Amino acid sequence: MTIKDIILKVEDIHKTYNGLKVLRGISFELKRRETKVIIGPSGTGKSTLLRCINQLTLPDRGRVWLDRIEVTDAKTNINKVRSSIGFVFQNFNLITHLTALDNVRLGLMKVKGMKKQKATEVAMEELGRVGLADKAENYPAELSGGQQQRVSIARALAMNPKLILFDEPTSALDPELIGEVLEVMIELAKSGMTMLIVTHEIGFARAVADEIIFMEHGVIVEQGPPNQLFTAPKHKRTKEFLHKITQLYGEEEAKN
Amino acid sequence: MDKLIIIVNGIPLLLEGLIVTLELGAAFIALGLALGLAIAFAQVYGNRFITIFCAGFVQVFLGIPAMVLLFLFYFGLGEFGFNISAFAASVIAMGLRSAAYQSQVFRGAIQSIRSGQITAVKALGMNLFQRIRYVVLPQALRYSFAPWSNEYAAQIKDTSLCYAIGVTEIMREGRYIVVQTFGNAMLIYIIIAFIYLGITYFGIWLLRYWEIKLRVPGFGIN
Repeated sequence: MTIKDIILKVEDIHKTYNGLKVLRGISFELKRRETKVIIGPSGTGKSTLLRCINQLTLPDRGRVWLDRIEVTDAKTNINKVRSSIGFVFQNFNLITHLTALDNVRLGLMKVKGMKKQKATEVAMEELGRVGLADKAENYPAELSGGQQQRVSIARALAMNPKLILFDEPTSALDPELIGEVLEVMIELAKSGMTMLIVTHEIGFARAVADEIIFMEHGVIVEQGPPNQLFTAPKHKRTKEFLHKITQLYGEEEAKN
Repeated sequence: MDKLIIIVNGIPLLLEGLIVTLELGAAFIALGLALGLAIAFAQVYGNRFITIFCAGFVQVFLGIPAMVLLFLFYFGLGEFGFNISAFAASVIAMGLRSAAYQSQVFRGAIQSIRSGQITAVKALGMNLFQRIRYVVLPQALRYSFAPWSNEYAAQIKDTSLCYAIGVTEIMREGRYIVVQTFGNAMLIYIIIAFIYLGITYFGIWLLRYWEIKLRVPGFGIN
């Protein structure tokens, strides 16, 4: 592996909210075409970490590089960096007064300056990729949660990002809608998209992740390939957490 | 004298007054709209100093009666050598007042937008101006239709207060007719009442039509 393969480098990120230390020195790297999954109890700083990567939240300390550009450098054009990092939110966050098509086209036209016709082509292609070409003219309120999340993934994909950050993309969905979103994400992972995913879907994590990061209390407790982490966790806390979450989400996935 | 003749003779005067009334109303609303939007965004996005300044401005113009404002801006300023016309004084006083009211309509609308959407377009790489232009403004304006209609009607009606500082709007023209014809107060003021009703009704109907035209399925149902 050469240095060129590393697309994202996060170094010693610290963040404190009102005296509460949410992140206490997080460092990791992400290689091109790699999928990493971050798991851990709620309130552990997983979402904050994702937001620190594209500076939606400003870290108190630490640095982030995307493709050798230092994101945390004050001189970096942060809007340009953000346009090359996809972000999929827990609550989809589609623009409610715009159709699915316009949601996907918006960034292409207004951020990338793409002509309407070309933007429409790209947007329709991405909507097709998430299986929603026929919903292009529908407004968010006319779509199910799963469909909305797929539109939001299409929106991220359309920007042709260097990587996509997923912040608990299925946590706000009804159980029967989770599958359709995970399917799209599995396809993405297969197609070689670089992804960093925060999720509680352990079975999914195991299936797609090249590496799992277990976080708790603002630090990375343990990281490694899914098989190692799930079958032979080194830390007691990892074991306890996995045990708890398997009880919650069913034995099947844990046994696999 | 025949009532019909009084009406026919009065038409030119009433029309002149109506034009002034419409000019006043348009000026109040336009000044209030431009300044009100600016104040609303300043209150939401501005720093501490700006928000405190805006809040102070709004408090002052919300808390002083329109008539007092008119007297202050016309007679009060006149005393210090600012000899502006009664029309200009009305536009400044009532326009600023309307800005205070409209700013609160828009501020409420801006603050009811689900903030996740703004974070989402920020993550797409949009700068503050683009986020306002493509997400905040289109949604805030949609939320504003109903309360803004109230403000429109209020401003049209409040133009009649400018009578008090001598603007020859429709009320003053009506008063002239009443004085010249030695009576007919009920007849003339009923005609004027219907004219106000017509203007406010037409405007509100137009706003409602526009609101429905811009309606988006499910929008505003959070």
